[in-house]
Amino acid sequence: MDNERIDQIIDKHHHEASSLIQVLLEIQGENHWLPKEALARVAEKLQVPLTRVQHIATFYKAFSLVPKGRHEIHICMGTACHVRGATRVLDTVQDLTGIKPGETDLDLKFSLQTVNCLGCCALGPVMEVDGKTHGKMAPSKTAEVLKNYE
Amino acid sequence: MSDITFTIDGREVSATPGMTVLEAARAAGITIPTLCHHEKLEPYGGCRLCIVELEARGSTRLVVSCVYPVEKNLVVKTRSEKVDRIRKMILQLLLAHAPDAFDLQDLARQYGADRDRFEKEPSFCVHCGLCVRYCNEVKKKNAIGFVDRGIRKEISFIPQIAAKECWSCKECFPLCPTEALQAAYVLAKALAFPGDGAKG
Amino acid sequence: MGSGGMIVMDEDTCMPDVARYFLDFLTDESCGKCVPCREGMRQMLKLLTNITQGKGKEGDIELLEELAETAQEAALCALGKSSPNPFLSTLKYFRDEYEAHVKEKRCPALSCKELIAYYIDPAKCNACTTCGKKCPTGAIIGGKNLIHMIDQEKCTKCGTCFEVCPPKFRAVTKISGVPVPPPLPEEARTIVRESKQK
Repeated sequence: MDNERIDQIIDKHHHEASSLIQVLLEIQGENHWLPKEALARVAEKLQVPLTRVQHIATFYKAFSLVPKGRHEIHICMGTACHVRGATRVLDTVQDLTGIKPGETDLDLKFSLQTVNCLGCCALGPVMEVDGKTHGKMAPSKTAEVLKNYE
Repeated sequence: MSDITFTIDGREVSATPGMTVLEAARAAGITIPTLCHHEKLEPYGGCRLCIVELEARGSTRLVVSCVYPVEKNLVVKTRSEKVDRIRKMILQLLLAHAPDAFDLQDLARQYGADRDRFEKEPSFCVHCGLCVRYCNEVKKKNAIGFVDRGIRKEISFIPQIAAKECWSCKECFPLCPTEALQAAYVLAKALAFPGDGAKG
Repeated sequence: MGSGGMIVMDEDTCMPDVARYFLDFLTDESCGKCVPCREGMRQMLKLLTNITQGKGKEGDIELLEELAETAQEAALCALGKSSPNPFLSTLKYFRDEYEAHVKEKRCPALSCKELIAYYIDPAKCNACTTCGKKCPTGAIIGGKNLIHMIDQEKCTKCGTCFEVCPPKFRAVTKISGVPVPPPLPEEARTIVRESKQK
């Protein structure tokens, strides 16, 4: 992402320090992650210490400081999914992709993340790939789902 | 505005409005242990060691004295069985990270805290935030900040700023209750490997 | 806790594991500013994880109670102050489950992976080979007309065999707190099907 686009986003928010999170969210939305240069640019333009920008960018889970894979897998670890075996689903997905939650594989195919509730507890355990919900997951069904993604 | 009078450990103490219980106690020569407090900095309320028992309007409760403003007719007890028990637990939790910090060892002796109560994870940093806040509030350089949250929270220097400001300042080092080890370590690392990611 | 939705759990849900689960969530959500929350939860989560993995020690439950008091009384915000609640309420109503984990290394709900073993009841197994085909690690020994057994060394306790065993047999069971029964001698494992003898 180039500085020009970052500046446009900052302009939209009138250079206000209080819009810091909004600005970061928009950059994250377009770029899928926050490069270090972008953080430095935002800090400079909004007149916010870089320490603060860095704290916020690492504090919230919505932000990522590392590039994401082409497909984002979200596995729900909410209470309902948990009691219905989400841990076993997660274990199998980890084995299949070779990555742990929060990681991205080397060829940038999958990023794996656990989330705390996807809001469809009746379908638990739930796995979401690129926004598409796969309900009533079982460890034996995960490979079937994942092989549809390239 | 007139002075506020209240009691700490049975002694009558007077304070000006806006003072905290901790400040009033220190002014009267009464000791309350602290880790994250510093006169030059805004109260933080992070270490919770300065917890005291409070009697007001007929009920007893625990508050942290470094952020609690004085009130008329407060009755403060700086030691009680419960207060001591909580301070002891806090010290034990911190000793798991900085088992050799002198400040912690002194307090541990006083409160009977066992430095081996929890499995050790020597990270040195006890997250008192003194270095971070001093750099921000007093020096206004913001060379060091916190990253991440919860149990993964760490202090981290910004290499570009640290390379310019820190060698000539280092005022945060003596503030560190765990002998500045972590600050020195993180700083050296940040300067030596400036490209080593946000976590420095 | 959470959205306010009601979740029904039965005897198949392990209470120490539920407490561990909530603590895991809360540890993740903690901001990390105050000691009772950040450090207290770190230790509580460690202790609860140990308990659910069968590494619980005598005195762990009491230490958890002490940590819970510290968090309730001294944490800075409501998240920290209420963080021990899942532990305290499960302990209040299901202390026996905690004690079974710590003292007998047994999970009464048969849900803690480290404390259970999957076992095929030879009296119920019909040697249908369904589980053998689905097992991801090839831990099922046996074949057609040969009663199946689980190689406990290879078993990853994924539970697939338990899921796929046809309901009319229900031969795959979970056991906890007792050693896995010794395998049947080779000669006793062959099933002679009556229909085929005619």
